[in-house]
Amino acid sequence: MRAVITVVGKDAVGILAKVSGRCSDHRVNVIEVTQSIIQDMFAMIMMVDISASTIPFTELVDEMTALGEENGLVIHCMHEDIFNAMHTI
Amino acid sequence: MLNAKDILETIKMIQEEHLDVRTITMGISLLDCCDGNIDEVCRKVYDKITYRAEKLVSTGESIEKELGIPIVNKRISITPAAIVLAGCKNKDAVKLALTLERAATTCGVNFLGGFSALVQKGFSAGDRELIEAIPDALAVTDHICASVNVGSTKAGINMDAVELMGRIVRQAAEKTADRGCIGPAKLVVLCNAPEDNPFMAGAFHGVGEPDCVINAGVSGPGVVRAALAKAGPDKDLGEIADIIKKTAFKITRMGQLVAQEASHRLGVPFGIVDLSLAPTPAVGDSVAYILEEIGLSQCGSHGTTAALAMLNDAVKKGGVMASSHVGGLSGAFIPVTEDAGMIAAARSGCLTIEKLEAMTSVCSVGLDMINIPGDTPAEVISAIIADEAVIGMVNAKTTAVRVIPAIGKKVGEELNFGGLLGEGPVMPLNGASPAVFIHRGGRIPAPMQSLKN
Repeated sequence: MRAVITVVGKDAVGILAKVSGRCSDHRVNVIEVTQSIIQDMFAMIMMVDISASTIPFTELVDEMTALGEENGLVIHCMHEDIFNAMHTI
Repeated sequence: MLNAKDILETIKMIQEEHLDVRTITMGISLLDCCDGNIDEVCRKVYDKITYRAEKLVSTGESIEKELGIPIVNKRISITPAAIVLAGCKNKDAVKLALTLERAATTCGVNFLGGFSALVQKGFSAGDRELIEAIPDALAVTDHICASVNVGSTKAGINMDAVELMGRIVRQAAEKTADRGCIGPAKLVVLCNAPEDNPFMAGAFHGVGEPDCVINAGVSGPGVVRAALAKAGPDKDLGEIADIIKKTAFKITRMGQLVAQEASHRLGVPFGIVDLSLAPTPAVGDSVAYILEEIGLSQCGSHGTTAALAMLNDAVKKGGVMASSHVGGLSGAFIPVTEDAGMIAAARSGCLTIEKLEAMTSVCSVGLDMINIPGDTPAEVISAIIADEAVIGMVNAKTTAVRVIPAIGKKVGEELNFGGLLGEGPVMPLNGASPAVFIHRGGRIPAPMQSLKN
């Protein structure tokens, strides 16, 4: 099972570390990361494997949302099914 | 493989363009709850609904969170209540409505539909009692939706029922006049009612359906409008239809995913996805604005019917391949008070009831959520219902009337229902009386299905 985490916000030191740190806390494996910085805005898309996650997925969603709010970022954590359904036949 | 563009497109649709699943509706058969004693019926009905739909809301909420897509409503539809009541000696329909209200509250659903009767050819046991109880039932409950099917392409139009419904709609408004006439906003009169519709107020669970089923209704006018805005004014209508189809495909895929997931988790068969574009009063989530994006200066102008027909057809073509089973109403809804663009067009006088009636011949449903003057006679309401039902009957499509007599208010004044039901001005009607025609009663015969000109 995989999920997509997207992070958008003002660039700052340690964003990637904070998000991936939280993933590793719950044994969520980061598979792929793409990130770009346009002017001073930071945008990252992270594909993660949640099969071995130690917490239910809905709790991970809440934690990521809260982590975003604490750091002035917008973090979405969504199951990959919705993207596959919408963009592949 | 997913790419960044697709991921960001989906997130943008949800965050900025109001993409959501409008409803997951659990259809529950109450055929096994019939009994000769009304108290026994109520006990069985309450037990069956609360048992079947116990986890509906919590399951909906967890799917919502995991997929990151809002599921705005969780609803229940039931076997038309008139059938459940048919065998009762004391057909106390209001008591049944109160039981349904209690069950809906226990389950935590937004609406429960199916306080209904199907009388397209005539009244059978329980039908008249149920219909006459509708105004009281809607006045003493908050979550119950009522509907009456008065005609079909095969049966014709039951004009006795049409005459009765004119009075019932008025009474429903009078009995809730102190609460903004909310009663008739929960009551719809249909022709060719579908048996698997997940949308309110016309949802009921047909007798040909399985014991329990999950149906989903998608939404997404904002997404279609944004896609058209991006395309710009230079594309021709073939290209515009193509953009709508592609967008409808994506929206429907999401509805299909949510419905399948809900069906799997609840252990209930998946029924259908309803492909309708359902507007909300939120700015940017409007069907009227799509029509304006296509090129009308305001919804209601000449050309509106043509643009709406194209939109409606393209939505169906795009959605059909995206879902394994399509059903319900499927098309574009045009509920006036629930659509920011329609509200604006009605206020400015550009959108009239005559134009709306023409629009209903090419789109989903019918004259929906229209406020009419409080002194409108019951016969005029019946005549509006008759006109609309005939459009459905002749064109072999579903049509419906949900008009709200604004008791004590005149043309130009406003009614505000709040929430998804929205707000809007009282619209003018033609004042000439159709009373003699309506009081004739009887049936309008079913139309020819050949020699179509």
